[in-house]
Amino acid sequence: MPEAVLLGGEQTTTAVEWVVFIIAATTTLLGSFGVIMARNPVHAALSLVGSLFSVAVLFLNQGAEFLAAVQVIVYTGAIVILILFVLMLLGIDTEEDLEDEPLRGQMPVAVGIGVLLTASVFALTQLVGFDVVTGTPEVTAAIRDDMPNINQIGRLLFTDFVVATQLAGVMLTVAVVGAVVMARRPREYQPIPEPESMDAPLSLDPTDQGADNGAEVAD
Amino acid sequence: MRQIDLGYLMLSGLVFAIGAVGVLIRRNPLVLVMCVELMLNAVNLTFVTFGRAMNDMAGQVIVFFVLVIAAAEVVVGLGIIVAMKRRQPAATADDVSVLRG
Repeated sequence: MPEAVLLGGEQTTTAVEWVVFIIAATTTLLGSFGVIMARNPVHAALSLVGSLFSVAVLFLNQGAEFLAAVQVIVYTGAIVILILFVLMLLGIDTEEDLEDEPLRGQMPVAVGIGVLLTASVFALTQLVGFDVVTGTPEVTAAIRDDMPNINQIGRLLFTDFVVATQLAGVMLTVAVVGAVVMARRPREYQPIPEPESMDAPLSLDPTDQGADNGAEVAD
Repeated sequence: MRQIDLGYLMLSGLVFAIGAVGVLIRRNPLVLVMCVELMLNAVNLTFVTFGRAMNDMAGQVIVFFVLVIAAAEVVVGLGIIVAMKRRQPAATADDVSVLRG
């Protein structure tokens, strides 16, 4: 184990940082509770927006400006809107009865697990305290104040993390293709017909397309 | 490491626990996706906090990758939910048992 380093002892926290932290932490927690308590999924999605936006404020509070912007653009701007679109399009914005539990005792067990998780993190931070972060600082690159945040991230993305960046690009492409394949309306649910002989080509005649369109209109 | 960093860690632990409880108690698949997003966000917050405590930029770069993964995950997950709802309009997370996997 590398020698434990007590880090950043000289850093100070301004009063503004504390105030912003307390406000944003409160709204984060309220939004998170809203996500799991709201009966209506649309309300849950809107609570999620509040929670994610507060986390963006916390990123800003910690000097991660680029991440704060990306958080708002990608999460609250794209992901939650996508979820809301699916909610509206599928018409499944039905209320959920949280009291009804098909699996008896599931809810208390779940809450117990949550309390245990929270208690373990709290115990770790309270008992270990400031020694909770150990290791060698500034392994990859030190955070610099004389350079914009986005420049430092971009530099790392195309030097130390270039393989990961390219893999992320491949994965995004795969995800887009997979989403298109899965969300496409399937043709009729019928077994694939056996060809009469190997000479018979697969059916590509336009009447199939017509039937498919008809089904779509009927829906 | 400062006092406020412990606050960030406790907050993210709390948010992660809330997301985990949500995954366990909710049955609407879309709400499950939202709870997973909540858990991912809690982890992002720890990455940024640890990155700053270690004075290392890699924490923020990893959060960037987590954002990419989360976007792809939501796209694929919603595709699965749309396909599932098309066949079984009343499906909830409890109906996973019919898969008999």
